[in-house]
Amino acid sequence: MPVNYLPAAAEYVRVLPEILLTLVGTLLMFLEAVTSDNKKGIFAPLSIAGLAAALGGTFAAYSDPGLAFQNMVTVDGFATFFRALVIGVGLLAILSSTDYLRRENARGGEFYALILFSIAGQSIMASANELITIFIGIEISSIASYILAGYLRDDPRNNESALKYFLLGSFATAFLLYGVAWIYGATGSTNLIEIRRALLNGNEPLALVSTAAALIFVGIAFKISAAPFQSWAPDVYEGAPTPVAAFLSAGPKAAAFAILIRVFLTAFGPIASTWTPLVWGVALATMVVGNFAAILQSNIKRLLAYSSIAHAGYVLVAVTADSGAGSAAAMFYLAAYALTNIGAFAVVTYFGRKGEKYVKVDDFAGLAQRQPAMAAMLTIFLLSLIGVPLTGGFFGKFYIFKAALDANLVWLTVLGLLNSAVAAYYYLRILVVMYFREPGESAENLPPAGGALRLAVYASALGTLLLGIFPSWILDFASKVALR
Amino acid sequence: MTLLDTVLFLPLAGFLLLLLAPRSNPNASRVGALAISLAVFVASLGLLAPYWFSAPAGWHFETNLPWMSYPPIRYHVAIDGLSLWLVLLSTLLTPIAVLVSWKYIDHRVKEFFAFLILLEFGLIGVFVALDLFLFYVFWEVSLVPMYFLIGIWGHERRIYAAVKFFLYTMAGSVLMLAAIIFLYNKTGSFDYSEILSLIQSGRLAFAPRTQLWLFLAFFGAFAIKVPLFPLHTWLPDAHVEAPTAGSVMLASVMLKMGTYGLVRYCLPLFPEAAHNSAPWVAGLAIAGIVYGALVALVQPNMKKLVAYSSVSHLGFVVLGIFSFTQQGLDGAVYQMLNHGISTGALFMLVGYMYERRHSLEIAAYGGVATPAPNLAAVFLITTLASIGLPMLNNFVGEYLVLQGTAAANFTWVVFAALGVILSACYMLWLYQRAFYGKASESVSHHMFDLTPREWVAIVPLLILMVWMGTFTQSFLPPISAQNAQILNQSQASVRVAQTSPAGAPAPGGERNAR
Repeated sequence: MPVNYLPAAAEYVRVLPEILLTLVGTLLMFLEAVTSDNKKGIFAPLSIAGLAAALGGTFAAYSDPGLAFQNMVTVDGFATFFRALVIGVGLLAILSSTDYLRRENARGGEFYALILFSIAGQSIMASANELITIFIGIEISSIASYILAGYLRDDPRNNESALKYFLLGSFATAFLLYGVAWIYGATGSTNLIEIRRALLNGNEPLALVSTAAALIFVGIAFKISAAPFQSWAPDVYEGAPTPVAAFLSAGPKAAAFAILIRVFLTAFGPIASTWTPLVWGVALATMVVGNFAAILQSNIKRLLAYSSIAHAGYVLVAVTADSGAGSAAAMFYLAAYALTNIGAFAVVTYFGRKGEKYVKVDDFAGLAQRQPAMAAMLTIFLLSLIGVPLTGGFFGKFYIFKAALDANLVWLTVLGLLNSAVAAYYYLRILVVMYFREPGESAENLPPAGGALRLAVYASALGTLLLGIFPSWILDFASKVALR
Repeated sequence: MTLLDTVLFLPLAGFLLLLLAPRSNPNASRVGALAISLAVFVASLGLLAPYWFSAPAGWHFETNLPWMSYPPIRYHVAIDGLSLWLVLLSTLLTPIAVLVSWKYIDHRVKEFFAFLILLEFGLIGVFVALDLFLFYVFWEVSLVPMYFLIGIWGHERRIYAAVKFFLYTMAGSVLMLAAIIFLYNKTGSFDYSEILSLIQSGRLAFAPRTQLWLFLAFFGAFAIKVPLFPLHTWLPDAHVEAPTAGSVMLASVMLKMGTYGLVRYCLPLFPEAAHNSAPWVAGLAIAGIVYGALVALVQPNMKKLVAYSSVSHLGFVVLGIFSFTQQGLDGAVYQMLNHGISTGALFMLVGYMYERRHSLEIAAYGGVATPAPNLAAVFLITTLASIGLPMLNNFVGEYLVLQGTAAANFTWVVFAALGVILSACYMLWLYQRAFYGKASESVSHHMFDLTPREWVAIVPLLILMVWMGTFTQSFLPPISAQNAQILNQSQASVRVAQTSPAGAPAPGGERNAR
């Protein structure tokens, strides 16, 4: 590598989204200090403008794809897909949180700045081509997320959530870092291309490399809340502010899957036969744990947390397939899931009211009669989570299990599909309460939803349906740029 | 855009329209739903045109458009002699279900009728889809409105029944989805006619074991829907708890999705597996016939009695299908329609009685014939149709099924005929207990006679009972022509498989083990 290395201008364009996100985030922090209380309303539009600019930057970067900064960053279609996805998640999360922050008297620039920083980290994860870059991306994303989870600092639930998230998250990153050290020892590089090249030569002891891969997998498995490393998710989601839980369940998870797919399907592709059985087992365990634990939940945030664990299991099925179709299916699924889940959480945010008083499943009684439009939207989201046709969730499952059958994973497919039938039970419970029960105290005097939140809900519902009726809009792109 | 597309999408448009109806004026929803469903029915009568003077087999009103490029899922719909009548059954019963619910549904009226019309969309779609994927989509889509119909407007245990209904069907259908994807991976197509021609020409052949698994995956989904003994336990719950219109649509049309699937998919696509499983399936069907009838005999609840009688009647249909004879298959399809009409009518009449007396217990009635002679007469005609009295519709179907089955295996007929006898027992006994005897004070007080609206709803079904029982030729030729083709398809590839030289690999598919 040249000693007098100076990045070319094109390389800066390739990290334009991250640059924009960081700049706007920093600007928000600065403005926070100098803005009087009655003008705090400008933060949300400003951060939305920042995200929109970053989205533009994502496409600008994709107009000239390639590697950057000595192969540490890669801008390909796959990275662009996930960049756009996490930025989109950020947009919806901000739209659904403005009302919440006003309700909880917690309007502040730092909330939006933290979301932007977190997205910047996820965007780095999406485009990382180097284990160290991945680590940096994870840390940027996570540290911001830890703070977000405890954003309402006077609320003990928030504190518990943030502390748990922080402790377990750092623990997981340590595993990841340990794995990176092992792989560096084995192959002499942390660059994904170099690792792949070294593994293709096959000179390294397989046991050493497999252990490294396993350690890295554990680190990522924490982030995607795969069993047996899922136990933090319900506690964190339950304690965190609802819009933050929505954000956590969609953004960081999608980014973590992006690195999982990139690392395992490209760098560790040559030793796929050693890690696919492991992922097979984890995928099944994750689906089973998530679905069966969700049945027992009475708090809707915990229920959605377990459901997000189960959905991580479905995506792991796609990873197990170890194919282009599998990675395209995972991409589609994560996009559909992000839209659906943010929408569902946004409705929960709205129904929860001040202090998240009403977040039990039973509190949703009769909401269909008091708020038919919102209940109908939540129905769309729940049907998508069940996987009923004409919703994005259905095509996501369809593509995943199709890819799995292509890869001859017949048993995993059958067990996964049966799992999704089990899952129908607990999603239906919410529908049952909403539609079949008479309204109780929790449904009375519900103020109308704010415009931003309504926009987030309707946009997610529209996206969920569009993905369910015209899935090829996303899938064609995903198939074109899928890794493998 | 053919007439069939219009018939299919009119309900969807109607559903969206009904969503816009004002909540404050429930009558707008009622009238709207009636107008939409009548328009669909009138339009669907046009589907009879190709069958007016002859009975051609094969597809009519075909539309085949790409839905998405990859995987190649197409919007491919058409009707043949088999689906024609089932579509007409759906379009006929929807306006009737609207009429039946006119007064009975008095809260959340708009949603009720919206869901009812959405259900019609799903049901028609199931019967006309010729793309396996599209079929699956409609199959699931029809599930959602029925779930809400039972869950919101049902009786006391409605939630349990609705969830059970959803989960049972869902569990069966996900495995069918796996089989559909498997077929796609082998053939590169979801198109029914394309896959069928691959199988028929022998270019696609499965090892017996694979074929059996595929058959079972489809069969499981259909058997739950039929429902075949011992998968029937969701049915009595769903029927008893559903509102009248829900029971009518469920019994008359939704159960036929299962039997239709058996004829359309299981027989031609997996002929060998279907043939080999026939004794087992027939055994279950006969068990269902006898068991359903025996349980119906001891039911104190009218709706439950009719529900169990459905289990028994649908056993006949399955038995006829798996007799693999022309008469058996004709009788089975005819019986699907008959059951739709007579059991639909029974559920309506039970619903009428419930609206008056607010009880489903047989013991709460007695002597109804005195205060409500017309109701009693209509109920009697329907009862006689249901137990298979000659000159009424069920007789034709049951006779054909028994004749076809006798040709296949005489022992089966002996047991199946028991079901016919038992059906006379439980239905006539029900009639006797509910309508004869001395009317108690409360019965004579509550049980007024049929209103004009109730007459309008039931008369079309009464006419059909007689018409289908006497002028069978108005209905049977298209069914027979199509069944002959399906039977031929389900025999042909067995023959191909048997006559192909042992060990010769079938080109383009897995090695055929025969």
